[in-house]
Amino acid sequence: MAERILTVENLKVVFHTYAGMVRGVNDVSFTLDKGEVLGIVGESGCGKSVTASAIMRLIPTPPGEILPGSKILFESQDLATLEEQKMRQIRGNAISMIFQDPMTALNPVLTIGLQLSESIILHQKLSPRAAMEKAIEMLRLVGIPSPEVRVRQYPHQLSGGMRQRVMIAMALSCNPKILFADEPTTALDVTIQAQIIDLMKSLNERLNTSIILISHDLGVVAGLSHRVQVMYAGRIVETAKVHDLYGNPLHPYTWGLMQSIPKVTDGTHRQLQTIGGQPPDLLSPPPGCPFAPRCRFALRICKEELPPLIEINPDHQVRCWLSHELSPVRAVDVFQKEVVNR
Amino acid sequence: MSSWIRGLNSTAERTVDETLSLNANTNPNPNLNPSLFERVDFVLDTSYDISRPSTTFWQDAWRRLKKNKMAMVGLFILTLISLIAIFGPYLVKHTYSDQNLTLANASPSAEYWLGTDNLGRDLLIRIIYGARISLSIGVVASLINLLIGVIYGGISGYCGGRVDSIMMRIVDVMYCIPMLLWVIMLMVVLGPGLINIFIAIGLTDWLRMARIVRGQILSLKEQEYVMAAQLTGANTWRILSLHLIPNSMGPIIITATLAIPGAIFTEAFLSFIGLGVSAPMASWGVLASEGVANLRSYPFQLFFPAAAISITMLCFNFLGDGLRDALDPRMRK
Amino acid sequence: MSQPQTLLETKNLTKHFVTKRSFLGEPLATVRAVEGVNLTVEKGKTLGLVGETGCGKTTVGRTIVGLYNPTGGEVLLNGENVHATLAGPSAMTIRRKMQMIFQDPYSSLNPRMTVGDIIREPMEIHHLASQAEMKERVWDLLKQVGLNPEHASRFPHEFSGGQRQRVGIARALAVNPEFILCDEPISALDVSIQAQVVNLLEELQAKLGLTYIFIAHDLSMVKHISQRVAVMYLGSVAEIAPSLHLYDNPLHPYTQALLSAIPIADPKLEKSRKRILLEGDIPSPLNPPSGCKFRTRCRKAFDRCAEEIPVLKEVEPGHQVACHLVG
Repeated sequence: MAERILTVENLKVVFHTYAGMVRGVNDVSFTLDKGEVLGIVGESGCGKSVTASAIMRLIPTPPGEILPGSKILFESQDLATLEEQKMRQIRGNAISMIFQDPMTALNPVLTIGLQLSESIILHQKLSPRAAMEKAIEMLRLVGIPSPEVRVRQYPHQLSGGMRQRVMIAMALSCNPKILFADEPTTALDVTIQAQIIDLMKSLNERLNTSIILISHDLGVVAGLSHRVQVMYAGRIVETAKVHDLYGNPLHPYTWGLMQSIPKVTDGTHRQLQTIGGQPPDLLSPPPGCPFAPRCRFALRICKEELPPLIEINPDHQVRCWLSHELSPVRAVDVFQKEVVNR
Repeated sequence: MSSWIRGLNSTAERTVDETLSLNANTNPNPNLNPSLFERVDFVLDTSYDISRPSTTFWQDAWRRLKKNKMAMVGLFILTLISLIAIFGPYLVKHTYSDQNLTLANASPSAEYWLGTDNLGRDLLIRIIYGARISLSIGVVASLINLLIGVIYGGISGYCGGRVDSIMMRIVDVMYCIPMLLWVIMLMVVLGPGLINIFIAIGLTDWLRMARIVRGQILSLKEQEYVMAAQLTGANTWRILSLHLIPNSMGPIIITATLAIPGAIFTEAFLSFIGLGVSAPMASWGVLASEGVANLRSYPFQLFFPAAAISITMLCFNFLGDGLRDALDPRMRK
Repeated sequence: MSQPQTLLETKNLTKHFVTKRSFLGEPLATVRAVEGVNLTVEKGKTLGLVGETGCGKTTVGRTIVGLYNPTGGEVLLNGENVHATLAGPSAMTIRRKMQMIFQDPYSSLNPRMTVGDIIREPMEIHHLASQAEMKERVWDLLKQVGLNPEHASRFPHEFSGGQRQRVGIARALAVNPEFILCDEPISALDVSIQAQVVNLLEELQAKLGLTYIFIAHDLSMVKHISQRVAVMYLGSVAEIAPSLHLYDNPLHPYTQALLSAIPIADPKLEKSRKRILLEGDIPSPLNPPSGCKFRTRCRKAFDRCAEEIPVLKEVEPGHQVACHLVG
């Protein structure tokens, strides 16, 4: 049994706006094991990035707030209530993060080497010279050619893919236990994206770092993750091992997402299945299941009661009434029927 | 979970069984009625898509401006001053040219609230009339400056390239000469008078506006909606007036608001050195200038007009700063 | 079956941007954004244009619709030279025939105009109808793109990205164009919304007989929507083929790498398939490599690639490749 390193329980994040309170993350619970890659999939505004920011304690307060009752357990500490002083030692050290846009995350007036060694000196108490050597070693690890030259260059002298590699090197320089990757390849071209995915995969295998991969791209998540959870309107709606989720999606939203993307491997032209409408405004979400207004399989109860997370097997949970034992139909059957009817 | 959060939640949603338990399947909530699990026909419900109240850009800006106390105080006082300037003369029994030489240089009293000047004219009514002149100079000069600056900057920014280079070099050259020197030169050529002050200040004050508008237009013309209009065959005038300038309105209004106190101050300065409006009309600058002569014996004659100038300028600056926060897109959430 | 009819054609289209000029206006540095591109689009069909950042696909598109003047070559719409006509008296008639859908649903709609005014504007510019007729037409167009016509008086920021993109489509349709350039219309949208927009575009094409050039970097979506796909690299076309054929039988090494790099939403497939990982980055278009532009990243490159620029050769009917290894 793998070692459990992160447990999130009942995480609730709200944002106070002029129009009212927006529930960015609503009662999210999940765990992460050592060496595991957990994919979080969802559309913009579903709360996937807010979840990551909350764990890193990077939510701007105000307007944001992690509600009391939320628990983020990491190495027997509760990050939700840890004082900022101690949080600063964890952030960038035991837990680090890479962002979507590497250009904005790097300081344009400092050399790559300086920025890399700075965090090494800060967290590992090495001498500047030793830190610079470690920086070169890290750049080599992430596959940057001639790192001795690169450490003296500035961010603008590097291409987008190179910058993302530097970001990864920086994030890994203190041997973090958890690495958050928030849309790490969205700003990159396909061929460069493939390089970065490859790199992250090999780093995960070699260093056994746990990764939480946040992405809207079901393809990227399929290639990297061991386990995936799907978020919708601030809640986890389905979570499963990657093969189980893609092979046997049980939530109509998960299923709809998979149907709405064409695959390059498709032999013929098929009409894309769409999910009508828009995700709800989190200022005043619908009662019951947040997906019910868009769900073509909704039961009467869906519009009235929020479904619980129902356990299909120890690794597969789904928040949908169709999987409840009182449901007259099975999710798999209605999906199948829908495909045949088309 | 503390009880108040439970209270918050119960209004927005009803949770049935929030636990991550294995029992969800084997031990269903006894409250669940199987009849709830009936299938319903699918009708796409879009009522939750847009729930935020519909606000236009200006409503949004007004909401932010209202939050800014200093700006609201400025706006309130400016409104008050404008109302006094418009209706004041009907409420005061003296006129600005009535002389009462027996009561020259009288101190403030029940008859003359702010005292009289060396010709025995009521200072209150003269300051109220001064407000009319000073405020209208501020507003009209700022409007002229706006008109010239927006057109000049708009053309320079939209045409770009060589046209832009030449037009902006002209602005640079004019910037090198102090503005007051320009105004004084123009006033000497045109001669004193209210209309000439409008013209002189309006003609010299537009450089900053032109630069700001040009910068805005340069960045806006890369926007895709401008490209869409070009593609459809919209002419330059249409693109400028319908797409580019309305979207630069925020910075234009801020600049224009902040230009008003500058114009009032310039006029006061011109009047002070004798190039302003002619007697018996009096702007605040003229009144201050007359007050200086009697500063030693009758300091109130300088104090009241000076206070009027200072308060007005302060209010315009508060309002301008507030508008900057309210209208600047970078501050928008 | 009727003979396929060519609607749009580019002949040796070239566009250079001068980025630096000397004091006297002589060019010092030139970006060769597009070089010698030949494309044809049949009436009622979709041509996909794919490639990575800086490959010139957007420049090709913008030059075709007349936002840029070409440095060389020409664009023919129904046999009529687009840029020559745009400079002449009948510019407006040709403008009506070509419209564009933009990438960024946030910057493509004027935030100070209501949605109704945005859709009405092209009709006003072209004096297409009376005020009352225009109002009705705006209503129809909004319905046609799946929006509530009662929202015509709302402002763009009140809509979501997908809805704004629909407004952009309605604006393009307002003048009854024959050809629409879709410049990455879905890359800024969420996954479930992308499918909505693509389906709408397909539906409109079937109903109105529209012709599209669909520019994107998402190859799977391009494959889905287009009948033919052109792959661009550094300003030139590397390969053109019918879309299903291209994905089954890519011949250019770049196309092969590009196809293998697409992540597939299927973990089993994803695990089993072999990736061709390209080394390094795309060279700068300021000084592209000699000969074949792809040779610096190509594993199969040999001497000839550095010396001679490969030309597009037809290897099978409708399948053209620019590579020395093929044909």
